[in-house]
Amino acid sequence: MDTAASSNPKDQSRPAAAKGRGQILDALLSGLSRLCALAVLFIIAAILISLFMGAWPAFKKFGPAFLVSAEWNPVTEEFGALVSIYGTLVTTLIAMITGVPVSFGIAIFITELCPLWLKRPVGTAIELLAAIPSIIYGMWGLFVFAPFFADHMEPWIADNLGRLPGMGFLFDGPPLGIGVLTAGIILGIMVIPFMAAVFRDLFEVVPPVLKESAYGIGATTWEVLKKIVLPYTKAGVVGGIMLGMGRALGETMAVTFVIGNADRLEFSLLMPGNTISSSLANQFTEAVGEMYTSSLIALGLILFVITFLVLSAAKFLLIRLTAMEGSRT
Amino acid sequence: MKNSRNSINRIRSNINMNLYRRRRLANLVILAGSMLTTIFGLFWLCWLLITLFGHGFQHLALSVFTQPTPPPGESGGLANAIVGSILITGAGIAVGAPVGVLAGTFLSEFAMDSPVATSVRFINDVLLSAPSIILGVFIYSVVVVPMGHFSGWAGALALALIALPIIVRTTEDMLKLVPNTMREAACALGAPRWKVTVAIVYRAARSGILTGILLAIARITGETAPLLFTALNNQFWSRGLNEPVANLPVVIFQFAMSPYEDWQNLAWAGALLITVSVLVLNILVRTLLRGGARG
Repeated sequence: MDTAASSNPKDQSRPAAAKGRGQILDALLSGLSRLCALAVLFIIAAILISLFMGAWPAFKKFGPAFLVSAEWNPVTEEFGALVSIYGTLVTTLIAMITGVPVSFGIAIFITELCPLWLKRPVGTAIELLAAIPSIIYGMWGLFVFAPFFADHMEPWIADNLGRLPGMGFLFDGPPLGIGVLTAGIILGIMVIPFMAAVFRDLFEVVPPVLKESAYGIGATTWEVLKKIVLPYTKAGVVGGIMLGMGRALGETMAVTFVIGNADRLEFSLLMPGNTISSSLANQFTEAVGEMYTSSLIALGLILFVITFLVLSAAKFLLIRLTAMEGSRT
Repeated sequence: MKNSRNSINRIRSNINMNLYRRRRLANLVILAGSMLTTIFGLFWLCWLLITLFGHGFQHLALSVFTQPTPPPGESGGLANAIVGSILITGAGIAVGAPVGVLAGTFLSEFAMDSPVATSVRFINDVLLSAPSIILGVFIYSVVVVPMGHFSGWAGALALALIALPIIVRTTEDMLKLVPNTMREAACALGAPRWKVTVAIVYRAARSGILTGILLAIARITGETAPLLFTALNNQFWSRGLNEPVANLPVVIFQFAMSPYEDWQNLAWAGALLITVSVLVLNILVRTLLRGGARG
């Protein structure tokens, strides 16, 4: 291309040729990059379509009852999603109950309390912990946490909380170590560093002038947090919790190790259960027959829709909250 | 008269003292609570790291790197799984990185705030947090089923889908950090748009783009769920990516869940290897970013 241009006898045509080549390359780059960006949209559409096609036989056979049936029997080919959906929601709830307050406390500690020399090490440690793959958490849960939990905590839980009127049935059962409660706690431990890092980043966005003026008129640290930091970062905090929730809902490996892979509906948190992702991980490669595979793909579709809704809700909530914030000031 | 005013003053100061004490107390309770939760949170995480490093180092021998995965009851290593993991991760990044960088370029340089860009950003964020096992199911139905067998390529594609949104996001963020005056200066000199992007913007954001790719590698190194039904596993050396390929995460999963103690020990060694490589990658990213900020 270069030699062709320079061998051209007319010297004036060189800039024109370069210009033409520039235009072609311009179009090429912008076209190619647009194509790659559109690929992102294409992928999500392809995922939805392929999941829906895979799940169609199960939906056609079982109808809406698939969502509320607690039957999961590969032998008679009767399938329902209730056990897995229940497990997914309950483990996520337990993870949020354990994870949110702790990560909040860690973020407060790092931004407001911690001496300056400790700030960076603790912050870095939290971020590094957030990067550890979930399979490590699952394995630790299976070999270390579950035996400890069965020996030292579950007997106490069954003896004390199991007798509570009204909610005792939640804590009734043998101390196996493996079960819905253990899975939820492992999930909670896993999302702590992630959410703590998000919250810390948010708290550090608050302009120092705002905090300093509150301290200046005599506010305590807690009052500064409650009246200045939280209102300022409200939108982000909700978003951070939602992000952690999205992670907990779809997490596979941390749960699969410790949940016990049981397909019976048990309300007790001490009993083994299943989440959507652990059912897929445990059974997908072993599934024989169209209906079995199709039912598993249907579970996957349900999980995808749930996480999609949670993440979209987080985004829309954030947009609305920031808009409100803007109109008030 | 004087007496009553005095008593009013006394009451007022009493009220203020009470209020002051109450505020102090509330403050103390919350701060103590935050300290306790920090200790509580870090306690579990420290416990996890200590057991991981303890068990991992105990079973980390030279044979782990030189011998393939053994049948139960025999000695062996993880060599085929380590090589398989590197191959699958490499292939996944080779697919994901160019697409991701170009898509990020589109968002930052060409599209700005057009409706297309807004929806791509939104969908990209969803994909970023989408459950990775779903991506495995997706690749299973569009690659494994038509091909008729599990393969390393399918695993690499599943990992590419996980790497893609991370790279798109960081590339866009990093390109946006490049000051507009640099683009304007290049345009004023008569450089065409592609040259501005490639020679000026990419160059200025080089370490940022590399950061995104490294973060993506760190993320997919430990991903297990999408490989379960794409790359599957292989007890032996694979001849290529066109057949089931052994990889560390799935081997760890199978060995840890097995009743054999040798296998469980190898799983600990593998878990240590994965954790250390993820941590090293993250520390590398940190130093890269700090160096970039200083330069």
